Amino acid sequence: MSALLDVRGLRKSFGTTEILRGIDFSVAARELVFIIGPSGSGKSTMLRCCNRLEEPTAGQVVVDGVDLMAPGTDINAMRRQIGMVFQAFNLYPHMTALGNVTLALRKVLGKSREEAEAIGLAALDRVGLKEKAPSYPSELSGGQQQRVAIARALALEPKIMLFDEPTSALDPELVGAVLGVMRDLKAAGMTMVVVSHEMRFARDAADRIVFMADGEILEQGTPAEIFGDPQHPRTRDFVGELSR
Amino acid sequence: MTGLERFQDAFLKPELIARYWPDILSGIAVTLEIAVAVVITGLALGLALAVIRSYRSRLANAPIIVFVDMFRALPPLVAILIVYFGLPNLGINISGFAVLWLVLSLVLAAFAEEIFWSGIVSVRKGQWEAARSTGLTHWQTMTSVILPQAIRICVPPLTNRTIAVTKNTALGTVIGVGEIMNQGTSAMSLSGNATPLMMAAVAYVVIFVPVVALGSWIERRFAWKRA
Ligand SMILES: Nc1ncnc2c1ncn2[C@@H]1O[C@H](COP(=O)(O)OP(=O)(O)OP(=O)(O)O)[C@@H](O)[C@H]1O
Ligand SMILES: [Mg+2]
Repeated sequence: MSALLDVRGLRKSFGTTEILRGIDFSVAARELVFIIGPSGSGKSTMLRCCNRLEEPTAGQVVVDGVDLMAPGTDINAMRRQIGMVFQAFNLYPHMTALGNVTLALRKVLGKSREEAEAIGLAALDRVGLKEKAPSYPSELSGGQQQRVAIARALALEPKIMLFDEPTSALDPELVGAVLGVMRDLKAAGMTMVVVSHEMRFARDAADRIVFMADGEILEQGTPAEIFGDPQHPRTRDFVGELSR
Repeated sequence: MTGLERFQDAFLKPELIARYWPDILSGIAVTLEIAVAVVITGLALGLALAVIRSYRSRLANAPIIVFVDMFRALPPLVAILIVYFGLPNLGINISGFAVLWLVLSLVLAAFAEEIFWSGIVSVRKGQWEAARSTGLTHWQTMTSVILPQAIRICVPPLTNRTIAVTKNTALGTVIGVGEIMNQGTSAMSLSGNATPLMMAAVAYVVIFVPVVALGSWIERRFAWKRA
């Protein structure tokens, strides 16, 4: 199986501090990869390098065979194939849920208003929020906002979706619905990379867990391997900490 | 003469009002023309500079910052006199009207750039990231996502600054532009009475009160429910 996302020798420095120190990892089509690790280990930075929201200092990021770092690559065309979901939702506050979901359809894909709205409503339907189409973000709960944000990415039919702590800003009772949507995506065959602290979700939905610390991948394996029999002492500490 | 009559005689003499209102009226027309021109070019240039600045190219930003700081520091009267009396020495002859329009546009652009820029940077970084991650270009993100949020924050300070700068159209009197103030002061020296100046004052109030009202209308228009 060829990799949908392939990261090779990825390095990232902010000023003189090196945050990512040579990351190699790849994600196969339909795979759900979970990234865990202590705070500040570079998980978000790594994820953001995968659509060049953060400019890598060195290394290669290849998505579906296209090298994102190559000079001839149209990064905007690639980005719409790489959905991203943020911890803070980042919905556009001056647009309705439907407006949020259709903006890129219209501006980037050049769809007509009718066409964009049909696609947008279908995307909102997939996250169970079709009836919230005319609502503004401020009228939605955090969980609903995050689901609209997922629909916004989904509407562009991305090949892969990146989630950066999608449930960390949510009240506990709202987490379930967002994870439910992510489970549905997985079931529908979406390729996903998820940075999250939802370990129970990781255990039963992830195909693979990647453990990062200090800008490096120290260990990766199935949930059973990482949670049941971690090899690296840092992984053991981290997993032990979680289960306490 | 009672006190009231003496006051009326000095400031609101009916026959002077009758004699000079056509002059004041033509002054109003000129002031309005310059003001509208200044508002359009000044705000457009200020917005354009702020948008250019958002690309964060050092090459473009250095001159923008120098321009903005210079025109915010310089008293408009000084700039008007320099341009009006300096340009002919370079063989360039432009009318007082054009000088007033040009200088006040640049002054308004300088202040407006600062205001637009602070509005742009006050929009959370996550808005940029969300838009760019869906494939929108910098320009599309700016026009569809950032500016609609930024401008809303900018409207109150922009209204204030726009009014302050357009009031400087009164400086046209020193370079012979026939705006309200010029009409008022000429009529005052001809008649030896302050009545024409009072007429000018009333004219300014009549012009600028609707502008203030327009500002708060725009403020309401740009309001939306916020998270
Ligand atoms: N724009 C930036 N400029 C400077 N340093 C940064 C920047 N972004 C991140 N860093 C630093 O890089 C390191 C890794 O940050 P990152 O956000 O990737 O960690 P993380 O693993 O996602 O942590 P968390 O679990 O807390 O979200 C941190 O030390 C952070 O301070
Ligand atoms: Mg993070």
